[in-house]
Amino acid sequence: MLALVSPALLVILALIVLPVGWLAWQSVYHDGFTLENYRRVFTEDVYWRSFALTFEISLAVTVIALLLGYPVAYLANSLPKGWSILILSLVVLPFWTSVLVRAYAWLALLQRTGVINQFLRYLDVISEPLALVHNTFGTVVATVHILLPFMVLPLYAAMQKIPNDLMQAGASLGASPSLTFFRVFLPLSLPGVLAGCTMVFVLCLGFYITPELLGGGRTVMVSMLVSRNVELYNQFGAASAVAVVLLASVLATFFVVSRFISLDRVLGQK
Amino acid sequence: MNTKRNFELGCTLLGVLALGGTAADAAEQITFVSQGGAYQQAQTVAILDPSAKKLGITINQDSIPDAWPAIKTQVGSGKPIWDVVDTPTGNCLRGGEQGLIEKLDFSKIPNGAAMPEAYRSAYSVSYEFYSSVLAFSQKTFPKGAPNSWADFWDVKKFPGRRALRNHPFATLEAALMADGVAPDKLYPLDVDRAFRKLEEIKPHITVWWTSGAQSAQLLNDGEVDMEMAWNGRVSAVAKEGAKVSFTYNQGILQSTSLCILKGAPNLDTAVKFLNEAVDPVHQANLPLQIDYGPGNPKAFETNVIKPERAAQLPSEPANAAKQALMSYAWWSSPAGEAAEKRWASFMQK
Repeated sequence: MLALVSPALLVILALIVLPVGWLAWQSVYHDGFTLENYRRVFTEDVYWRSFALTFEISLAVTVIALLLGYPVAYLANSLPKGWSILILSLVVLPFWTSVLVRAYAWLALLQRTGVINQFLRYLDVISEPLALVHNTFGTVVATVHILLPFMVLPLYAAMQKIPNDLMQAGASLGASPSLTFFRVFLPLSLPGVLAGCTMVFVLCLGFYITPELLGGGRTVMVSMLVSRNVELYNQFGAASAVAVVLLASVLATFFVVSRFISLDRVLGQK
Repeated sequence: MNTKRNFELGCTLLGVLALGGTAADAAEQITFVSQGGAYQQAQTVAILDPSAKKLGITINQDSIPDAWPAIKTQVGSGKPIWDVVDTPTGNCLRGGEQGLIEKLDFSKIPNGAAMPEAYRSAYSVSYEFYSSVLAFSQKTFPKGAPNSWADFWDVKKFPGRRALRNHPFATLEAALMADGVAPDKLYPLDVDRAFRKLEEIKPHITVWWTSGAQSAQLLNDGEVDMEMAWNGRVSAVAKEGAKVSFTYNQGILQSTSLCILKGAPNLDTAVKFLNEAVDPVHQANLPLQIDYGPGNPKAFETNVIKPERAAQLPSEPANAAKQALMSYAWWSSPAGEAAEKRWASFMQK
């Protein structure tokens, strides 16, 4: 058994444990042990604001992705096989395009001379172009688009497991379709909701390219602080501390979620 | 390109082995690092290939958009693999102070010694000049375009959407000039005054750009009507037919410099190369390939650059006279580094 597992353990050690350990070490060691980097992360406005903004954006993205993703997953689940495959492929298809390409695509759609503004002006709905991008709005729109598959797929997987008999039983006992949905289907799909929300939220916490390109410089998410600390200020220690705190937030999120649901489900094992 | 060079290097090494090391001179080589893209291609043609030929050395090339973290890591590990880097001058100064960059002996670099003192430091020689200029859309301003940073700040007289770089370099200088400070009286920067002035324009800035490509795209797509941008980016967009232009008036003249990594594997050859790379004739060849100015002003006396071409370049003496020369010494001082850090909180407020 050990012989079989040890290559995997080595890979995990070399690719995950060592780098993360090195990161943690760097955040507390600079010519001696120091907590200066953490003091700054927890006391300086810049860091607070970024962490707060990152959590706000992640929360908004998660809620919007859930509102958009649930009906899609529901539809894919209730339609015949062929249709559901079509819907799921449409969800997954953009997934195969680079994040960078999708960010630029949104730029082409949302900017002042972009498709949407031009169209609205052509229809005379607006006289001045709307500020759709280079702000938090544009960032959220593009991030939702990129993360939507991570919401739809766990939802669909959870819905697949809900036996159809239960719905029929509900109907035969006189419940209206909406009542069956809210009393039977929705509660049974909650593990999928939690799984999807956790995936989207956690992935969003670390987003970098999208806010960098579509945020207009004002939407500074935590990952951008990490990169700026390295590139601009040459503060490897500060960057590591920010990364460690971000990692800790992710682990804390998983911990809280694991109180409600087996982590295997979130990670798509069961 | 790199593969070819590595192949050449391999052949040279094989040759050396075959001759039992008697041809040591033929194996002289350095690894040169620049920022890649059209710029590195241009300098390969104008400077690197001719220098390699003249000195009889092999120049291996590497490229990285931002060399600073790599310089720090390589020298920190004690075994740098690069010799010479072409990087924003501030990196050479900061690196010199932190013991990451070799101190230069200018008696071995006569071409560098002949350059104006403001163009070199104990650790670096200017290699190429670019400028942060005020660029504008000719569609929005068919005439009476903004011509100074005071105009850029004047949102009543020049309505329109604006962009600035998301970085304090040149932006603080522009703010001070907008507030009436003369280009040659900027340093030491009055940081408080600069940030106060920036607060004024902040609500009118649509985008704080982070990459040169982004700045070019903003202007090209009409996303903004005026912005601070690098001269080469603006002229590239203009060449592709966009109705955009810029002024050198109150531009901030910036440079990249050559410097040598501390403990570079081929130190002696690197110094020889440094001298050759700032030779006026090689330097004069650079602007024939790309819209950047030579780091050595003597290049303008070689007659290689035609007058009409010279007039377009940021470091041409008449153009340089209209601009402020960025003080990298100030930016790498404690006050400069404090101003850099203050930028992050300014952006998020």
